[in-house]
Amino acid sequence: MGWLSKALSGNLGQKLIMSLTGLFLISFLLEHLLSNLLLLKSDGADFNAYAEFMKTNPVIQAAEYVLFGGFIVHIIYAAIITAKNKKARPHGYAYNNPSANSSWFSRNMGLSGSMVLIFLIVHLKSFFVPHKITHSATMTIYDDAIITFGNVPYTLFYVAAMCLLAFHLNHGFQSAFQTLGLRHPKYTPFIKKLGTAFSILVPAGFAAIPLYICFIR
Amino acid sequence: MTKLDSKIPEGPVAEKWTKHKFNLKLVNPANKRKYDIIVVGTGLAGASAAATLAELGYNVKAFCFQDSPRRAHSIAAQGGINAAKNYQNDGDSIFRLFYDTVKGGDYRAREGNVYRLAEVSVNIIDQCVAQGVPFAREYGGLLDNRSFGGAQVSRTFYARGQTGQQLLLGAYSALSRQIGLGKVKMYSRTEMLDLVMIDGAAKGIVTRDLVTGEIASHAGHAVLLCTGGYGNVFYLSTNAQGSNVTAAWRAHKKGAFFANPCFTQIHPTCIPVSGDHQSKLTLMSESLRNDGRVWVPKKVGDKRNPSEIPEDERDYFLERKYPSFGNLVPRDVASRNAKEQCDANKGVGSSGLAVYLDFADAIKRLGENSVRAKYGNLFDMYAQITGENPYKSPMRIYPAVHYTMGGLWVDYNLMTTIPGLYALGEANFSDHGANRLGASALMQGLADGYFVIPYTVGDYLAGLGTKPVDKNHPAFKEAEDKVKALTKKFLSIKGTKSVTHYHRELGRIMWDYCGMARNAEGLTKAKGLIKDLKEDFWKNVKVLGEGEELNQSLEKAGRVADFIELGALMVEDALNRNESCGGHFREEYQTEENEAKRDDENYAYVAAWEFKGEDKAEELHKENLKFETVKLTQRSYK
Amino acid sequence: MNLTVKVWRQKNSKSEGKMVSYNVKDVSPDMSFLEMFDVLNEDLISKGDEPIAFDHDCREGICGMCSMYINGRAHGPKTGITTCQLHMRSFKDGDTIVVEPWRASAFPVVKDLVVDRGAFDRIINAGGFVSVNTGGVPDANAIPISKIDADAAFDAATCIGCGACVASCKNASASLFVAAKITQLALLPQGQVERAARVEKMVAQMEAEGFGACTNTGACSVECPKEISQDTIATMNREYYAAKASSKNV
Repeated sequence: MGWLSKALSGNLGQKLIMSLTGLFLISFLLEHLLSNLLLLKSDGADFNAYAEFMKTNPVIQAAEYVLFGGFIVHIIYAAIITAKNKKARPHGYAYNNPSANSSWFSRNMGLSGSMVLIFLIVHLKSFFVPHKITHSATMTIYDDAIITFGNVPYTLFYVAAMCLLAFHLNHGFQSAFQTLGLRHPKYTPFIKKLGTAFSILVPAGFAAIPLYICFIR
Repeated sequence: MTKLDSKIPEGPVAEKWTKHKFNLKLVNPANKRKYDIIVVGTGLAGASAAATLAELGYNVKAFCFQDSPRRAHSIAAQGGINAAKNYQNDGDSIFRLFYDTVKGGDYRAREGNVYRLAEVSVNIIDQCVAQGVPFAREYGGLLDNRSFGGAQVSRTFYARGQTGQQLLLGAYSALSRQIGLGKVKMYSRTEMLDLVMIDGAAKGIVTRDLVTGEIASHAGHAVLLCTGGYGNVFYLSTNAQGSNVTAAWRAHKKGAFFANPCFTQIHPTCIPVSGDHQSKLTLMSESLRNDGRVWVPKKVGDKRNPSEIPEDERDYFLERKYPSFGNLVPRDVASRNAKEQCDANKGVGSSGLAVYLDFADAIKRLGENSVRAKYGNLFDMYAQITGENPYKSPMRIYPAVHYTMGGLWVDYNLMTTIPGLYALGEANFSDHGANRLGASALMQGLADGYFVIPYTVGDYLAGLGTKPVDKNHPAFKEAEDKVKALTKKFLSIKGTKSVTHYHRELGRIMWDYCGMARNAEGLTKAKGLIKDLKEDFWKNVKVLGEGEELNQSLEKAGRVADFIELGALMVEDALNRNESCGGHFREEYQTEENEAKRDDENYAYVAAWEFKGEDKAEELHKENLKFETVKLTQRSYK
Repeated sequence: MNLTVKVWRQKNSKSEGKMVSYNVKDVSPDMSFLEMFDVLNEDLISKGDEPIAFDHDCREGICGMCSMYINGRAHGPKTGITTCQLHMRSFKDGDTIVVEPWRASAFPVVKDLVVDRGAFDRIINAGGFVSVNTGGVPDANAIPISKIDADAAFDAATCIGCGACVASCKNASASLFVAAKITQLALLPQGQVERAARVEKMVAQMEAEGFGACTNTGACSVECPKEISQDTIATMNREYYAAKASSKNV
C-alpha cells in the first residue's frame, strides 16, 4: 500500500483527507442537532434515555472512536496544510487587498476552526467528561444541560461559537465538494445553496436550544 | 555574377519538394545524437524546429530572451492559420493557396518556396490537432473555417481570437516534452549576441545570461535563427517590446545576406496613437473589416462628433474606390488609403491620425448581440485601451507596422549565405514576397519548423562528419571578447540621453520617410538623419547599472544600436527599389489611379545585401525571380 | 495627474529589498500602467538612478510576462486583464499606488519586480503535453470533437502562465495553472492516452516546486486575467484521485 500513503501525503491527498473528514463531521453535526432537539421536550426523559443509549450501545461506542479520530485527523491535517501553506509564501505583501477576490471566511478557516476547537474542549468538559469519562456528574445529563444553559455567559459563549461554526461550515461544506472534484454545472449551484442553508440552519438550531432554555423557558 | 544560388529544384512546381526531399542526404539514426543544433528563438518556428529535431534524435540547445519559451510573440497572433485542406468544399487546393500567396505577395516571392508552403500547410493542421490545439469546431465535431483577409475561399483555421496563442502553446508543449526528456536544453532569459564562425561556417553563438550578465558561448554543428521580425525598428509597432533584430543583424554582419529589408507590412486596423508616452500599438484582427465600414468626413478638418456627421457628409472611401472588394481590400491597400485620407487632413480624433471603422450598420442589421458574439473580445480590448464604447460610437483605427516580409536571405533549404546558419519563420525573407496575406505568418513559421528544416538540416549535417565542434577553437574566445567589449562600451559612454530616446527618434525617421509611402527625396533625407542619429547614439547614450546583472537598459542599448544600422539598410533598399510593390510604395511609381506600379522588367528580383564593414556601403546582390507557373499581372481589387 | 508610486526595489535575488517611494508627474489617463512605469524610469535615468526592472513584453495581454502586484491585487484593481492592459484612467490624481513583485517561495525575486517563474515551465515539462512526434498523425478531421468539449478545452487553454493565480492565492498555490492544462487535455480525445500519467506527474512536480495547497478561496479565478474557472481545479482533483486509484503505476 505504499502507493496509497504516497498518494495521501501530497497536497491533494491531504486535501482529500480534509474534505472527507470534514464531510464526516458535518454528518455528525446533523445527528447531534437532531438529538439535541430532544432537550426541548420538557420532562427530559427521552433525552436521558437517548443519552443512556449513546453511552452504552457497543456500535455507538465504536463509532465514537471513529468520530474522535475524525476530529483529530481533521485538526492535524489542518495544521500540516497550514504550515506548508505558510512556507509557500515566506515573504508576504507589504500591502494586500484579499477581500477584493475572496471572502474573509474562506481565507480564515484555520482561525474559525481553532475557535470551534476551543469551544469543543469547553463543551466536552461541560458534558462529555463528567457524564462519560469520570462519571462525576451528580445529576442527569438533561438536568445538567438545563442548568448549564441557564447560565447567561455560557449560553452567549455557546451562541458565539455557533456563529463561528457557521462561518466554518459556510466555506467548508462546498469546499469539500470542490476538493473531491464533485463539481458540475447542474449540481454545483444546488450544493452551494445547500451548503449555505446547512451552515446557517444547523448552527442556528444548535444556538436556539440554549437560547430557549436560558431566556424563554 | 551573382553569388546567390537559391537551390530551387528543377521540374514542375508541384513536384519540386517531393523530388528535393528524396535527393537530400540523410543522417543515420544512430549518428543523430552526435550532432548539436542551436535554435535561437522559441516562437512558432523555433519551438517547432527545436521539438522536431529533438524528436529525431539531435541534441538541441534552445534559447529565448523571455523568461519562458511560451512567451514568444507568435503568441499574439489573433486571426488564424491558412491551410489548403478544402474541408469546406469551396474549391480550395494547394495550387490555389500557392497562387493566392504569390499574387498577394505582389510577385516578389519565390514560386518554389511558396508552393512548398502551401503543400505542407495541410500537415500543420493535422499536427496541431494531434497535439491538442483546441481549434474552433462546428456542432458536428469537425473543424470550422473562415474566410480571412479577403480570400475567396474559407481556408483559415482559428481558435477564437487567439490562434497564435494556441498554436504556440502546442509547439511549446512539444518543446517542453523534449526538455523534460533531456533532449533539448533550454536557456531562457538568454540573448544571442553574436555568431561564432569557424572556417566560414556557423559553429556556435555567444550569449548573455540576462539575469547574471554572464557572457558565454555555445557550440553546435548548425545554428537556426528563429528570431522573428524587425518591426520594432519603427519604435511603435504591434511587436512585443523585446522583439529585436540583434541575432539576425549580427549574423548579417558576419556574412549572412539580408534580403528585401524594405518590405514591411503595415496593418490597417490598429488602435491609434494616443500620445507621446505610447510604447506599442495594438492590433485588432482584420476580421473587423468583414462588418465594419471605414469612413472619414468629406469635409477637410471636420472635427464634429461622428454622430453629428450626416450620412451624405461621410466618405466611405474604400467602398467608393474599390467597389468589388470594398472594405476587404488587402492590407497594404487599406493602409495606404487611410494614410492618404489623413494626409488630406480628413483624419479623425484629436491627433487627426485615424479613420473611423463603423459598426452602426452591422449592429442595425445583425443586432448588438450577434456583433458582440463575433467581435466581443476585440470590442472589449478597444474599450479597455481607449476608454470609448465602440458599440455606441465608431472605432478609430490607424495603420501600424505589423510584420516584416524581409529578413535573412535563405535558399530552398532555409540556409543563409553562411554555411550551417539557417533562418526560419519571420526571420527569413522567403515566402511572402512584398506583402503577406492574413493567416499566413503562422503557417510559414510552423511549416519551416515542423516540416522543412528537419529534412534540410540533415542534408548539411550528413556532409559534415560526426566530429564534435571544437569548443577550444580561438573563434569562440574571440567572439566572446568582442561581445564583452561592446557591453563595456555601452556602459562607458555615460552620455545624457536614454536608449529609449534614440529608439523613439529612429522610429520617427523610419515612419516618416520609410513607412507606408516613400519617395527618393525623403529616403535620401532619412539616410542623413540616421547617420547623424547613429553618431549621436555612440557619443551620448546613457546606460546605467552594470554588465553583470539584470540590466534592461543595457539589453535595449544593444538592440537599438542594431536597429539604427538596420534602419539605414532599409532606407538604402527602399531607395534602390524604383517601383511600388506590396508593402513598399514609392510615390514616384504609381498608376494614374494612385495604385502601386510594379516594374517587373527591372525589379523582379530579391535584393540581398552583403555587409562590407562598419560604415561602408553594403553590396547589393540580385536573385532574379523566375515565374514559371504564375503569370505576372497587375493586382487589381477594383 | 500626479501620483506617488511605492515600488519594491531589490538589487538581486540575494540582497534584501525595500519599498521606495517615487513621485510621478503629468501622468495621462490614456497611458497604460506600464507606460507610466516607462515615464518613471526615464525620469530615474535622467537623474542618474537605476531604472526599475520589471517584466513585460507583448503589452497586449497575451504573453503573460507582466506581473505586478498593484495596490494589493495581482494585475491591479480591474479583473480580467493583465497589468499591461490596465490604464491610468483607473486611478485619480494624488493617488498612492503600491507595486510589489509576485510573492511565493516558488517564484524567487530576481530583481525589483522581476520574479523567476521557471517552476511553471518545469511543471509543463513534466507532462503538460500530448506525446506525439511531428508527422505520422491522423487527418485533423479524423477525430470529431463535440463543440462543447472543444470550447471548454479552449477556455482552459487560454491560460497565459502569468502567475497571478499564485500571487493572489493566500497559500501561493499553483492549482489553477496546473488544473487549466490538465483540464484542457482531459477534455480532448487526444489527451486520453496519457490522461492518468499526466495528472500524476504534473501534480507531483507542482508539489516539488513548493507551491501551497488549494483551500478553495477562489481568489485565483477572480484575479486570473483570462478568468479561468474553478471548475478546472475540481477537474484536476477528480482526475488526480481517479488516476491514483486506478493507474497501474504502483
